Order: sequence, then C-alpha cells, then structure tokens
Amino acid sequence: MKVLVPIKRVVDYNVKVRVKSDNTDVDLNNLKMSINPFCEIAVEEAIRLKEAGIATEIIAVSIGEKACQEQIRTALALGADRGIHIETDGNSQPLAIAKLLAKIVKEEQPQIVLLGKQSIDGDNNQTGQMLAALTNMPQGTFASMVKVDGDSVQVTREVDGGLVTLQLSLPAVITTDLRLNEPRRASVPNIMKAKRKPIAVKTPEELGVNVSGSLEVLKVDKPATRDAGVMVNSVDELIEKLRTQAKVI
Amino acid sequence: MTILVIAEHNNTSLKSDTHKVVAAAMDIAQYSNANIEVLIAGARCAAAAQQATKLAGISKVLIADHVCYEHQLAENVGLLVADLGKGYSHILTAASTTGKNFLPRVAALLDVAQISDIISVESSDTFQRPFYAGNAIATVKSNDAIKVITVRTSAFDAVDENNDVAMENIDNVQDAGLSSYVSSELTISERPELGSARVIVSGGRGMQNGENFKMLEELADKLGGGVGASRAAVDAGFVPNDMQVGQTGKIVAPELYIAVGISGAIQHLAGMKDSKVIVAINKDPDAPIFQIADFGLEADLFEAIPELISKLS
Ligand SMILES: Cc1cc2nc3c(=O)[nH]c(=O)nc-3n(C[C@H](O)[C@H](O)[C@H](O)COP(=O)(O)OP(=O)(O)OC[C@H]3O[C@@H](n4cnc5c(N)ncnc54)[C@H](O)[C@@H]3O)c2cc1C
Ligand SMILES: Nc1ncnc2c1ncn2[C@@H]1O[C@H](COP(=O)(O)O)[C@@H](O)[C@H]1O
Repeated sequence: MKVLVPIKRVVDYNVKVRVKSDNTDVDLNNLKMSINPFCEIAVEEAIRLKEAGIATEIIAVSIGEKACQEQIRTALALGADRGIHIETDGNSQPLAIAKLLAKIVKEEQPQIVLLGKQSIDGDNNQTGQMLAALTNMPQGTFASMVKVDGDSVQVTREVDGGLVTLQLSLPAVITTDLRLNEPRRASVPNIMKAKRKPIAVKTPEELGVNVSGSLEVLKVDKPATRDAGVMVNSVDELIEKLRTQAKVI
Repeated sequence: MTILVIAEHNNTSLKSDTHKVVAAAMDIAQYSNANIEVLIAGARCAAAAQQATKLAGISKVLIADHVCYEHQLAENVGLLVADLGKGYSHILTAASTTGKNFLPRVAALLDVAQISDIISVESSDTFQRPFYAGNAIATVKSNDAIKVITVRTSAFDAVDENNDVAMENIDNVQDAGLSSYVSSELTISERPELGSARVIVSGGRGMQNGENFKMLEELADKLGGGVGASRAAVDAGFVPNDMQVGQTGKIVAPELYIAVGISGAIQHLAGMKDSKVIVAINKDPDAPIFQIADFGLEADLFEAIPELISKLS
C-alpha cells in the first residue's frame, strides 16, 4: 500500500521567535528551519510500516515556498521514496492545505495518510482532520500506536483522560503524537542517495484549488510579559511568601 | 444570529470546559445580540443534557442521544454538527482532545476556516489566539459566514448553573460507519483535573522515576491540587501522557503552579506561563524556568520537597 506523508517546513523547535516591531507578523529572517517535529514522527512511522512489509511506497508532500524542497529531501534521505512539492507563497491556511492534499490523495490513492497532529508554528491542529472530512476518510488523531490489520487499522490515541483505541477502515488519516516513535536520523549514504530521488513540482492552479483563505491576521502582538520574580533562600521563605505575599496557600 | 456550543461531557455530567466555552460564547453574544444554544451529542446522555439546561446565558439545549455518539467518534459527531451548524453564526467547542478531533471536520464540511484556541473575543468576528508556542498572539478576523472556533478554556471563567431552559431532541442521526471504538485506558485519579485544579504540582526529568512522583502527589494533596508533568517525564514513562503540560499537551492556568525538576523549555512554558503564581524548584541556577517564576528556589528537589511537605503539615 501507498502511504502519503504531508510534511511542513517550520522554524526549528529550539528557536524562540520574536514578533516584528511593526506588529505585522513574527520575524523569521535567518532562522533555522526544519521539518515540523510531528511530521518527522509521521515519516518515521511510514518507514516502519515499510520495513514491516505493510507499506510499499512512501510519498512525502510539502506545500509552500521552493525552500520546502529541503525538507522533502530530508524525508527522502530518511526513507521516503519520492516527493511532491506544491509551490505556494507559504501562507496558506489549513483548509487550503487540506484541499490541496485531498487532490493528491485522489491522484495517488494512498491507503494511509500520516500527518503530524500539529504544526509548531501555526499551532492549528486542523489539517489532518479537515483532509479526512474532505476525502470522507476516518481519522485516528494524536496517535501513540498504529497497527494495520488487513483492510483496517487500529489506532491508539492520546486523549485528555488517557488513551483510547479506535478501529478505522482503510483508507484512513492518522495524525501523530509525540509517543508514537522516536525518529531516526538520516545516514550520510542515504542523504547522498536522496539527491537522486524524484520530486514532482505542482501548483495549486494545476490542481484546481483556490488557496486564498478567509482568515485575516489584523496584528501580531508579543504575549504579556511576567514581572520579574525573586529567588528565595529556603523552603521556609518560600512558604512564607506563598502565604503572606502571594496568598495562594 | 445564534451561537451553537458543543458540550464536553461524559454522558452523565458536563465537564467544566463546557461552562468556560459558554463564557466565550457570551463574550461573542455581547457584540452580536445572539442567542446561545448548547448541543449534547452522546448516548444515554439525558443527565448531562439536564445539567446543561441550567447553564447561565443560554437559551436552549439540543440533545442528540444515540449509540453512534457514545464515544464522540469524530466522523459521526462531525457530520451531525456540520449538518446542524448550517443555521448558526458561530460554532464553538473546547480546545480539548475531543473538540480538536471533531471540529476541524465540521469546518471542512462547511467549507469554512477554523480558528483554533481563542483566548479572547474582540468582536463577533475577531478573536485573539496564540501561536508559535505562545510566543506571539495573533488578532484574527474571520470573513466566513459561520465562524468555527475552539476555545482555550484556561482563558475563560466558567459560567454558573442558575438557568432553566428548554430541551429539544435532535433525531437526525448521522452514523458514518467508518470507525468504531475498541477500548480505553483512562487514568483514574481522586485529584482535581488539570483543567480545573487551583494548584498544580508538576514534575520533570529531574524526578528520575515514576516512584518519586509519589512525593509530588503528597505535596499536591496537601495543597488540594493536581499533578502534572513535562514531556520528558512522560516520554521516560514516569507518568501517563494525560499529565503532560505544554504546547502540545494541556494548557493550564491555575492560581499556583509549582515546577519541580523542570528546566523550562519554551514548549513547557507555553502550557503554564499564564498561571497566576509560578514557583520553580531546580538545582540549576541557570534553568530558564527561573526567568518566569515568581518564586525560585535553587535546591535539590529530593531535599526541598520532603521539607515542604513536612512544613505544610
Ligand atoms: C514538538 C515538540 C513538542 C513538545 N511539547 C512539549 C510539551 O507539551 N510539554 C513539555 O513539557 N515539553 C514539550 N516538549 C519538550 C521540551 O522541548 C523539553 O524537552 C521538555 O520540556 C524538557 O523536560 P524537563 O524540563 O522535564 O527536562 P530537562 O530539560 O532535562 O530538565 C530537567 C531539569 O531538572 C533539573 N534537576 C535534575 N535533578 C534535579 C534535582 N535533584 N533537584 C532539582 N532539580 C533537578 C535539572 O537542573 C533540569 O533543569 C516538546 C518538544 C517538541 C520537539
Ligand atoms: N504546508 C504544509 N505542507 C505539508 N503538510 C502540511 C502543511 N501544513 C500542515 N501540514 C500537515 O498537517 C499537519 C498539522 O498541521 P496544522 O493543522 O497546521 O497544525 C502537519 O504536521 C503536516 O503533516
């Protein structure tokens, strides 16, 4: 079976972004960019499905500026077989991303689409669920375990109260949570090999999708800063402060 | 204009998230003069619906009672809410793992955007939401006819239960037949849920193992609080996943948050930096957690926590 893995290029998780002084956006100039960590977990899961003889081909797809081909190359170096880049200005909202992915799903007919649960830049947590709705597929979101069994898949989900396991008919959409696996790193020979793997480039126009979104960002602010705190010297002082100054115990 | 709130419940009673989402809906209603209706989709959920009729600020409760909604399967609840939602100006639910699961399906089926995790209402079409792990706050205006919204419940105060409105049955059952419930492993705890706890004591990698979390439980019990954790503590298997606080775990804002053996990575701060008072206990004076703590104690937690417990007795 084919597995489709949508991956997003985002600011590296170690970077703390700053808001631009004109409050129009965050400043991404010269920041380190990476594959969204949840997408890395999705790529890893796809590779494990292939190693287990379940998946036959892994297709990594990324939507955004030309530079996201770097992240597609990383996925190819990790073990994806080919890439698809849908070139946009990089500002698309989740519904547009989901519509573009739905077109790719229609073309490629994957049995499983593995996405991250959340992009760590937009913090949307929407795309997989929207794609599932648009393609009338079931969804297993926030997955910590995936077990393919014939024409269905069992997905264990991390939920607010603990864990819930669902059975989904295939084809299905799965979104990854942190505990699904620990992604490997690409080896040097695989990075070399990845340079020869194909990346097809498409445009939203070719796919017939209007990518203009209905949400307008009016401004972007810095979060409220907290007043500087104090260091206390002992447990006694801490208790005293919490009792008499903060009055929370 | 009417606002539809999808309740969060366990079929028998409402979760306090619902009260907070209604508060957000009331903020919207204030700008648009809208009524607020609450939908309970569940199985044998009459008790939860009965409780919902008491929610302040609402005008009606809708109940869709059918086995296909028992486990809040996104495929089924999504179809129901998308179908019902066509007649509303806003559809709101909590940014819980349930809300985040089904609501984007609703938005896609209605061909509108979803606004995730709002923390304030600026007008009937403009909202604030954090992104980049809370390092930036966007003011977002929706140009859609139906605004589909998840609410960060830690940013709103629960409404009271002092109302008495009518209940209406919804019998247009939508079973997509795509998914089924197999099993669950829910964490049972006597302590308050993180979303509503007044005090939270959280442990990180510095706790070293799950056994040591007993100390934090004891401290939490002394303070009437709940116990949370960092991702590192969950990944290492010390505690279950539902205790993770952070950008991609639970977002909390208690009166008092005590971070023990947690370094203070941005992903962790994203989940707790709106707490009223933050205490950090860490043996590393350079730990970033101290930069946002109101009270920092540089100490070995294995000495400080037992001392704290005994002195609070
Ligand atoms: C995509 C993504 C999502 C993430 N989401 C989350 C999230 O939701 N929540 C979250 O928490 N993290 C999240 N993280 C992980 C985050 O980046 C950090 O790795 C994590 O928060 C670190 O946990 P920690 O502070 O417990 O561990 P560490 O960073 O290892 O810190 C341990 C601390 O304990 C202290 N310590 C050790 N021993 C003692 C002692 N005896 N006494 C006192 N202090 C001691 C040390 O000085 C140190 O500061 C995410 C990461 C990624 C990439
Ligand atoms: N521009 C994009 N290109 C490819 N995949 C994406 C893109 N945006 C989002 N996704 C996928 O959708 C997941 C969830 O993103 P989001 O809904 O933005 O939080 C990501 O982890 C990716 O798997």
